[in-house]
Amino acid sequence: MKATSHLQRPNRSLQVYAAVFLVVLYLPVLLIPLFAFNDSIYVRFPLRGFTTQWFVELWNRQPAWNAFWNSIRVGLTVAVISTVLGIVAAKAITRYRMPGRTALVTFIMMPLVIPGIIFGVALLVLLSRMGVPLSLYTVTLGHLIVCLPFAVATLLPRFEGFDRSMEEASADLGENGWWTFWRVTFPMVFPGVVASLLLTFTISFDEFIMAFFLTGTDPTLPIYIWSQLRFPQQFPSILALASLVLFFSIPLIFIAIWVGRLGVSQSSEGTAES
Amino acid sequence: MTGSSAFISVRSVSKAFGRFLAIDNVSMDIAQGEFFSLLGASGCGKTTLLRMLAGFESTTRGEIFIDGQPMSPVPPHHRPVNMVFQNYAIFPHLNVRDNIAYGLRKQRLPRARRHEMVEEMLELIKLPGFGTRKANELSGGQRQRIALARALILRPKVLLLDEPLGALDKQLREQMQLELRALQRKVGITFVFVTHDQEEALTLSDRIAVMQGGQVLQVDTPAGLYESPNSRSVASFIGNMNFFRGTVRRNGAANAIIETEGLGAIPVPDSRFARPDGAAVQVALRPEKFAISPTKPDAVHAVQGRLANSAYLGERSHFYITIEGRGEPIAVSAPNHNRFVANAGSHAEDTPLWLSWSSDAIVVLDPE
Repeated sequence: MKATSHLQRPNRSLQVYAAVFLVVLYLPVLLIPLFAFNDSIYVRFPLRGFTTQWFVELWNRQPAWNAFWNSIRVGLTVAVISTVLGIVAAKAITRYRMPGRTALVTFIMMPLVIPGIIFGVALLVLLSRMGVPLSLYTVTLGHLIVCLPFAVATLLPRFEGFDRSMEEASADLGENGWWTFWRVTFPMVFPGVVASLLLTFTISFDEFIMAFFLTGTDPTLPIYIWSQLRFPQQFPSILALASLVLFFSIPLIFIAIWVGRLGVSQSSEGTAES
Repeated sequence: MTGSSAFISVRSVSKAFGRFLAIDNVSMDIAQGEFFSLLGASGCGKTTLLRMLAGFESTTRGEIFIDGQPMSPVPPHHRPVNMVFQNYAIFPHLNVRDNIAYGLRKQRLPRARRHEMVEEMLELIKLPGFGTRKANELSGGQRQRIALARALILRPKVLLLDEPLGALDKQLREQMQLELRALQRKVGITFVFVTHDQEEALTLSDRIAVMQGGQVLQVDTPAGLYESPNSRSVASFIGNMNFFRGTVRRNGAANAIIETEGLGAIPVPDSRFARPDGAAVQVALRPEKFAISPTKPDAVHAVQGRLANSAYLGERSHFYITIEGRGEPIAVSAPNHNRFVANAGSHAEDTPLWLSWSSDAIVVLDPE
């Protein structure tokens, strides 16, 4: 075991740095579940005792449930639509020779770097000009803009990774474009599709800024959480709610990343000679 | 071969990619049941032509007919051809059986019949019992056979093969060549085979089209290409060849002779030879058409030379021999059936020896 090469030898200072980095990054987040189980309405040390009363209180709160279901509905709609659009975009980008391909990809990815507040304000102005009332539909629209780059970014490597001759082989064996898509393309990019669905759902579910500008009378969960921060006596149950969101969305992201990588290595590479 | 008996007929076909002309006015006819090869160096257009037969590339000009039908309006999934891809394109998410049965969906066969057909194909390609294997559990040779089975199960009129043996190691490749040839005889389907390996093309094909720069240089049988190449490019692409400058001398006689650089006067074997007196030509002679001997042989055509270099290759030896009147040494390849040849490696440089040849071994070509 000692006979590892110079490159493989553990680097102590790097390990310390990594540990400090992770602690600084996640410690604040870990405090949330800690105080969610604390038997006090004040968020401060020392801890008073273990309780699940904030979760019970949360369970019995109807507005929280409404906001939760709103987020679920928006999240599912956004996940499906952005993934479908992502599939279409990724297929078009990888399959057809077209001018301005790089520019197109850049434009699709742009929302990643444009601040959400700018998109939010812009959409709000546009929608109010057009006389569209704010509702969960407008939130969905806003979330689509946020999620589409993630869908494309997740799906594009899958489409780029697989060999064009697979689709040609299907056509050669008598299947038209429709059947080729469902019998060859879709099964081969399926892990990417699942990853995209999970990722976009999670992003939409947790999104605040767009929802803040575009929500009408029905709040999504993050908007509901924000609206409750004014009431100190509500705060522990909001912490409970936040812990639950953390508890479910973090594994979802890990699953998305894991599924997204499935089978990438087995798709064979082909070289075509003209 | 006349146009009417041709099963595949390529008529004045060109293909341009932007300003690059990949296929330049190619015409050829392929008969039913023929094993036909497209041979050329990489970038010669052979794969493009094959992809045009499959329908993956359109024709810029000209038309391809298969079984009398013009193919331009027919998309790949309606063409009576199937293809074995260079990398085999085995679907990674399906097992062997589903890969082979892929094209059977439209025939709406009962499940049992479909399995039966797959088993027959597995039998044919000598992989019985492989039906439930996963695609990623297969070796290169197995993938190649499954790609074949997947195409052949549809009983295509034409099977297109894009360098299907290129990815295999030498030993497996030679075995697969024999099997491929036997399989083609057995199923009787027209094979169009793309390769850059001249030996492979000679071994497998009924006829070969030699391609270069998007053009077809010559279409002939393997023996025809080897013995009577129509140009220097074909002659040097298929096997090795010695080229000599020559001049036609008629002197009023019925048969012309060629005054050949270093070799003297050689009578032209072809009675239809029509070049005029004084015309410049190239005389080509394969290395194995020369006989080699230590003393002056009892032959009409012989010349003395000196050994420049030699190599012993087991069954035969290669010699490079300089002769007077020619700067470049002549390549000679001789079977090791006598002591003199077999001791190739032990002869000192500049050893005097004699070369002889028969006048009907020469090929007369246009000058460069």
